[in-house]
Amino acid sequence: MKILVCISNVPDTTSKINFSGDNKSFDKNGVQFVINPWDEYALTRAIELKEAKGGNVTVLNVGEADAEPNIRKALAIGADDAIRVNANPKDAFFVAQQIAAIAKQNNYDMILMGKESIDYNGSQVHGMVGEMLGIPAIVPAFKLDMVDDSTARLEREIEGGKEVVEVKLPFVASAQQPMSEPRIPNMRGIMTARTKPLQVVEPVSAEVKADYVGYSKPEKKGGVKMIDAENAGELITLLRNEAKVL
Amino acid sequence: MSVLVFVEGFNGEIKKSSLEAATYGYQVAQQLGTTATAVAIGEVHEEALAKLGEQGISKVLYDADSRLNQFVADAYVKVIAKAAQQENAKVLVFSNSNIGAAVGSKLAVRLNGSLATNVTTLPKTDGGQFIVTRGVFSGKAFADVNLTSDLKIIAVKKNAFEANHNAGATATIEKLSAELSDADFAAAPKETVMQDSSGGVLLPEAEIVVSGGRGLKGPENWHLVEDLAKALGAATACSKPVSDLDWRPHHEHVGQTGITVSPNLYIAIGISGAIQHLAGVNSSKVIVVINKDPEAPFFKAADYGIVGDAFDVVPKLIEAAKALDK
Repeated sequence: MKILVCISNVPDTTSKINFSGDNKSFDKNGVQFVINPWDEYALTRAIELKEAKGGNVTVLNVGEADAEPNIRKALAIGADDAIRVNANPKDAFFVAQQIAAIAKQNNYDMILMGKESIDYNGSQVHGMVGEMLGIPAIVPAFKLDMVDDSTARLEREIEGGKEVVEVKLPFVASAQQPMSEPRIPNMRGIMTARTKPLQVVEPVSAEVKADYVGYSKPEKKGGVKMIDAENAGELITLLRNEAKVL
Repeated sequence: MSVLVFVEGFNGEIKKSSLEAATYGYQVAQQLGTTATAVAIGEVHEEALAKLGEQGISKVLYDADSRLNQFVADAYVKVIAKAAQQENAKVLVFSNSNIGAAVGSKLAVRLNGSLATNVTTLPKTDGGQFIVTRGVFSGKAFADVNLTSDLKIIAVKKNAFEANHNAGATATIEKLSAELSDADFAAAPKETVMQDSSGGVLLPEAEIVVSGGRGLKGPENWHLVEDLAKALGAATACSKPVSDLDWRPHHEHVGQTGITVSPNLYIAIGISGAIQHLAGVNSSKVIVVINKDPEAPFFKAADYGIVGDAFDVVPKLIEAAKALDK
C-alpha cells in the first residue's frame, strides 16, 4: 500500500504570534516550528497501517528549505521517503495544486493529512485535492481501518454525530483525534532518517485565489474580575446584568 | 447575479449556525444590490424553510431527494453547484462547520472560486476588492484576505454574527433536482450515528458551554457540570486530559486538537488553562474560570474568575442559575 502524508510546518502552539511592522506578513523571528499537530495523527496512522499491511509512506511538504528539520522528523518517526515542493505556500488552492500534481505522478492508495493546520486554520486542502483528483475526500476522520486490500472503513465527524463510510481506494482523508497516538522519534529512527531520500522538486504553476493582504491581533481583554467563592451566586447576576450573556 | 447560502438542517429545523450564515448572506446581498437565495438539502420541514424569510432570504431552492437525508459530500456538492449556476451566484455562503468545510473546498475547485473559511466580518468591497477577515493562528490573530476569483465562497465562523429575526417574513420555496447518479453516492455513509447531545444543544453551535477538567477528580462528579449546563441551557465539554482518561467522550474535548468553540459564554471548571486548551476557546466572548489554584494560567484569559473548590462553588452557581427567570 502506498500512502502519501501531507505535512505542514507550523509555529509551535506556545509561540507568540507577531507580524511585520506594516502588518503585511507573519514574522518568523524567534518562532519554533513543528509538524502540524493534526498532521501527526495522519502520519502515525499511515505508519501503523504500513506496519500492519506492508507498503510505503511518503511524506510531502509544500514549503521552503527551513521545513526540512520537520520533514526529517517525520522520517525519523517512520515514514520511508519524502518530497518537498520548493515553494512558499501562498494559499490553500496553490498547496492543493502542488499535492495533486505529485499525486498524479505516483499512484497513491490514500492521501492523508490533518483536518486543518494550526496556523491558517483553513480546512480546505483535503477537499480541494480530492476534487482535483476526482476521488472521495472523507473529512474530518477520526478512525481509519482497512476492510480488505481495496476498501477502507472510516469514521468521520459531523456536527452532532458521526458517519461510518466504506470507500474504495484511492481516497483522501483528513485526520483528527483520536485516529492515532502520535509517536516521538527514537534514536534509531533519528539515525536512519538521515539516510532516507528527501527529494526536492520545483512547484507546478498554479493560481493563487486568496491574497493575504494584512494581519491584526484581537483586542486585549480588560482583565479578570474576581468573585469571592463564598458569594459565588453573584457571578450569575453579573453574567446577566453586566456581561449580558445570560 | 445573486448571493446563495447553503443551509444545513438538523432534526428537520435549520441549524442556528446556518441562520447566522443566512443573515450574513442577506447582508452581503444588500451590499451588492442583489437578493439572497438559500439552498437546502434533505430532511428539513417546509415551514422551517419558509421561515428563512426572517433572515432576509427571498427564495429557497430545496432538493428533497431522500438519499440526501444523510450527508454525502459529492452529492451535496452537485446540488449546491447546480443551485449556484441556476442563480448565477457570485457569492456562496456557508457555516464554518464540518459539512461546510467538506463541500466548500470541493466547490471552490469545481466552480473555480476563491474560498475563505472561519470568516468573522462582512466583506470590504472598495476599489473592486473583496476583502474579508478570518481567524488564524488558532484564534491568536486575524488575517485580511482578498478573494480574487469571480466567485467568492465564504464559510462564516459560528457565533460571529447574530441571526436576524424579521418576524413573519417568509421565503418562497422552489423544488430543485440535481439529477444525482449512483456515482455521486460512492462514498455514502453506511451508517450515521447521532450522539447524545447534552440537553439537545450541539457543542459547536452552543451559545453557552460549561466545561470540566481534571479538577473534578472523576467521571462520577460530572453531574456538577451537567446540572449547571442544564440550568443555563448550555452544552457540556471537557479538557483533553479528561477525554484521554475516558471520563468523557472525545467529541466533547475542546482545545487545539479537539473542537474549537466560540460561544457567548464559556465556563471552565477545574481546568488550569494550558495553551492548547486556550486555542480552542479563546474566541469565546466571555470566559469564566473556576479553579482552586489562584495561579492557574487560565485566570489571565478570563473575564470573571472564582478561586475555590468546584465542589463548593458549582452547587451555588446551579442554585443561582435555577433562580433566574428565563
